[in-house]
Parts: sequence; structure tokens; C-alpha cells
Amino acid sequence: MLETTVPEGPVIRIFRAMKLPVGDNFAMAGLIIYVIFALTAIFAPVLAPYEPTEILYTVDYDLASDLLPGQEGHILGTTSLGRDIFSQIVFGARAALLVGLTAAFMVAFIGTIVGLISGYYGGWVDTILMRLADVAFGIPFLPFVIVISAFLEPSIWNTVIAMALVLWRDTARVIRSQVLTLRSRGYVEAARVSGSSDFKIILRHIAPNIVPLSLLYGSIAIGWAILTEASISFLGFGDPNSISWGFMLQDAFASQALSRQAYHWFIPPGLAIIFVVSAGFFISRGYENLLFPKLGR
Amino acid sequence: MTTPLVEVENAQLHYRVGSAVSAMMGLPSVVKAVDGISFSLNKGESVGLLGESGCGKTSMGRLLVRLENVTGGSARFDGAEISQLKGRALRTFRSRSQMIFQNPFDAVNPRYTLAKTMAEPLANAGIPKSEWRDRIIKALELVRLADPEQYLDRFPHQLSGGQLQRVVMARALILEPDFVVADEPVSMLDVSVRAGVLNVFREVRDKLGLTAIYISHDLALVRYVCERTIVMYLGRIMEDGPTEAIVREPLHPYTQALVAAVPTPNADQSHEPLPIGRGAPDPRNPPSGCVFRDRCPKAFDRCAAEVPASKKVGTRHVACHLFDEAG
Repeated sequence: MLETTVPEGPVIRIFRAMKLPVGDNFAMAGLIIYVIFALTAIFAPVLAPYEPTEILYTVDYDLASDLLPGQEGHILGTTSLGRDIFSQIVFGARAALLVGLTAAFMVAFIGTIVGLISGYYGGWVDTILMRLADVAFGIPFLPFVIVISAFLEPSIWNTVIAMALVLWRDTARVIRSQVLTLRSRGYVEAARVSGSSDFKIILRHIAPNIVPLSLLYGSIAIGWAILTEASISFLGFGDPNSISWGFMLQDAFASQALSRQAYHWFIPPGLAIIFVVSAGFFISRGYENLLFPKLGR
Repeated sequence: MTTPLVEVENAQLHYRVGSAVSAMMGLPSVVKAVDGISFSLNKGESVGLLGESGCGKTSMGRLLVRLENVTGGSARFDGAEISQLKGRALRTFRSRSQMIFQNPFDAVNPRYTLAKTMAEPLANAGIPKSEWRDRIIKALELVRLADPEQYLDRFPHQLSGGQLQRVVMARALILEPDFVVADEPVSMLDVSVRAGVLNVFREVRDKLGLTAIYISHDLALVRYVCERTIVMYLGRIMEDGPTEAIVREPLHPYTQALVAAVPTPNADQSHEPLPIGRGAPDPRNPPSGCVFRDRCPKAFDRCAAEVPASKKVGTRHVACHLFDEAG
């Protein structure tokens, strides 16, 4: 099914492998959200009027706390500590992008390598790797991430590592099964008879066929990672030095923004999380249609 | 006397099937795809491996190009045990022993241009890049693809089955191997192009002095290509001898049934297939003694008790109790 696409050259082949699911409305919406999100993250210092952690004062030298949107020129108002909410949202995109991309990369990378090795070599290598995957499947995801983040020190990187340690399992399983079918294809056997090494066969004949699958699982992992980071931060195990959307929600929650009906404080980060995570799922849905056109949605 | 290029002695290829649980319950858990096969091939000799589907002929071929390793007995190439080859010896073996695959549409990477597919063995053998183009064109000319230049940048789906099978053949022959296993190379092709591909195969084999194994279920094709035929059934050799003799006067009851089953173009000619009944038995659970006995019209008591050894009958070897020495 994957082989029916017809490549013309090395550059085009990469584009084809990365082929963005254009034509699917949901996927396009997801892509647009991602682009806005990425631009926000990259140009955060330009877009944000203040430092996200800067404590602001009004012109009368009072603490600029709990300002409503529009007051004193704060687009989304300020927090109880006198910090600019809009600036926090903008900088929160940075944290989300960082976590999302690194976690997705690690998940796709580890999962692909494990799946390739496990599926191609089989035997005891396969047995060991797949039992490890079983163990990873048995680990409750959120508690594990919390424990790792708390056990090491709460930082974005430890959260990412904890996520990568668990989430590689799905990618590895799926890619392994794909490799199992590719391994017995005639051209793989022909390559072996003609003297190609295992490494060369994996790299040249098998890996190109599973790249779209890796990307699919990577794009799913982006959403998962952002959501998880938000959960961790909301529960208070996040990186205290970085402003993320989850941290903002936790801050709002701890300051009783809910009971004070400070909607301008907790609704924006909530919406930001919803948008970005659903964008990830829209894109992966588009990839899924690309990979399995027979689903016929 | 020359030493044989390929020597197979009591070779076995047993696959484990089923789980440990089913094995404990006493269910058969081993499929004997190849079970005690012995033959040897001299340089330049070509032999047809004949048998119905599932008889182990493809497994036998795969053993000889090291796509599988023997689980018992030995298979030697030029005096060296194939499954033990390592490093440089293995690389040399890979360039001397090649396989032509059954399905040409599957045997080439659909993402590769034909030039890239053809270059793979050259790169593996360490041939300098400057010679690649010439050698690829030479190999394509060898298999009689007209105007080979035009194919270099094409993709497999742009070729017909016959053309593609010639490319597969050219790729197998590009390093000028000594030994080729052809696994039903024309079974996926239209009847109209079979003759062309077969002729090319014969021609190239004679030109390069190849030692070849031609695997097929079709007696007529084997007769057209090989002077010698080995008839296999359920992982064992039933009869081994000159093709003409086997076709004209089959000795083993199974061979007799195979010869009788070849259709003739003359519809009026009386055509009595031998009554060997239903299909082959479950390979996990073959009959005791002679594996063919449950379908054999001439089976007698001894067939169930004893595995028939291979006996020399004239120019042939036959594994059947009918040919046991009297007394």
C-alpha cells in the first residue's frame, strides 16, 4: 500500500515522505494552528509586551494585580502577583513547543529504532525489546511522569525524558509489525542475496517505508506531551522557572481565580492547550488518511 | 574427477510451529520443509527441482543461497559449509551464488530506479563506480533487453512482467556468478512471454557456464530447461535422474502420477491421471515410513514400516520399496 506512491528523486522523496496532509480540511486547520503557534513561540520576545515573570506596577506605583482585560493597557489583564497574562500566554507557547517537539522527536526516534531492530532481527532481540515494551505498557503514564519529575528535579527536560521513556512503546509496536511484513518482501530478500548488509537493508529498503508511520506517531506524541506537561505543571510538579500554560492554570487555581470569576486568567491558557492539542490530533488524522486510505473517512 | 560445486548431504530444514503449550499437548510442532535431502551438482550442471506446492523445493533453494540455514545435515558450496560462512568468505559467496525470484514485481524495490536496483550487487561487491554503467548495460544486453539505456531511469511499475523478470535475471547475473537458483522464474508471467524468458535463461546459462537449479512444479518447463531432474515430495527426494528418462519412463509411483498429470493439447487422446487421490497430507504430521504411501496406489506393508532409502536404478536414484533388491 505504501509502495504505490511514485518517487522521482531524493529531494522529492523526502517531501513525499513528509507529505503534509493537504486537502483534508481538519488537517489544514491543524496545520494553520501549528504555524501560528510556532510563530508565536519563536517571536515570543517581540510579541510579548512584558517579561512573563516581571512584577508590574501601575502608574501610581501600586502593584498592578488583578487588572481586568484592557485596564492599564494589559490585553488580558494581570495575575494576582501583577504579571501580564498575555505575555505569559505568549511565552507559554515556547514551553509547549519545546516540550512537544523534543518529546515527539524522542518518542518517534526511540520507537522507530526499537521497532526496526525488533522487527528485522527477530529472535531473542525481539523478545527482549517487546517485553520491555510490555513493561512500558504496564506503567501508568501520568503517575510515572510525576514520580520521575519529582525524583530527579522538576524541570522541563525531566518531564520530556519521562514521557519518552513511556511513550516509545506504541511507535515501536506499530513499526515492528510493519517491518515484519517488509522483511519478507522479495526485494529485501533479493538485497540480502546480492550481499547487502543488514544495516544497508534496514536503511535503504525498510526505513523509507516506515517514515510516514514515524511521523504519524510523532505528531500524536506532540499533543500528548503538551497535555502531559500542562497536567504536571497544574499538579505543581512542573518546572518552577518556566512559564507554561499548565503553570498558569496552577497559578490561577492556587490564587482562587475560579471563585473570583477571573475568567480572563484561566480561560486563555485552557483554550491555548485545547487548540494546540486538537491541532496535533487533526494533523495525525490527516496522516492516518494518507497512510490508510482504505479507512475511507 | 572434479569436485562438485554444490554438495547437499542429508540436509534438513525444520521449522518450529505452534506454541510450547501445543507441543506439551503432544501436537506436532515441527514442519520438516526439507528432511534429509542429498544430491550434488557438478560445475556447469543444471538440475530441475520438481514437486507440488509445499514439497520443500523453494526451501531447498533458499538454503543454497543462504536465505535459510540448515537445521541439520550439511549444504556445501565449493567445499565450504554455506551456513558457516563469515566475513570475506561470505561476501565472496554472495557474489558467486545468486537467486532469480519468482515474482519479479516483488523482487525489485518499487522506489528504486532500475539503475539503482542493478547497482546494488555491484556496490556490495566493491566494484568501482566508474564501471557500473557499462556493467549494467552489459548485463541488460545479456538478457536481451533491447536498447537497455532507456531502462536505467525507469521505475519497476513502468515495465511489463517479462521485462522486469529479465531485469531480475540481469541483476542476478551482473556479478557473473557460478551458481544460480531460479525459483519458478516464469510462474508469474503471461504464458505468451514465458518462452522468451526461458530461452534467455537457457542461453545465458550456457554462455556463462552456470551451475543452475531450476525450481518448478511444471514438468514441461523443467524438461525444456534441464537435463537432470530431482523430484521432491514432502521434503524428501523421490527420484533423481536424467529428465528425458524420467519423462519417458517414470519409476517412482509419485513421478508416474506427475507425468500422467501433464495435460496434452490433444483433447481426444486418452488421458488417465493416476489415482493418487486427495491433496498432500499435513506436513506437520506426515505418514510414517514412506511419506507418499498414503496416496500411493502401489503401497504395501513395508512402506509404512520403513523409510525407503535411495537406490540406484540404471541412470537414476529412486527412493521406493518397489525397487528394493529382491531377497
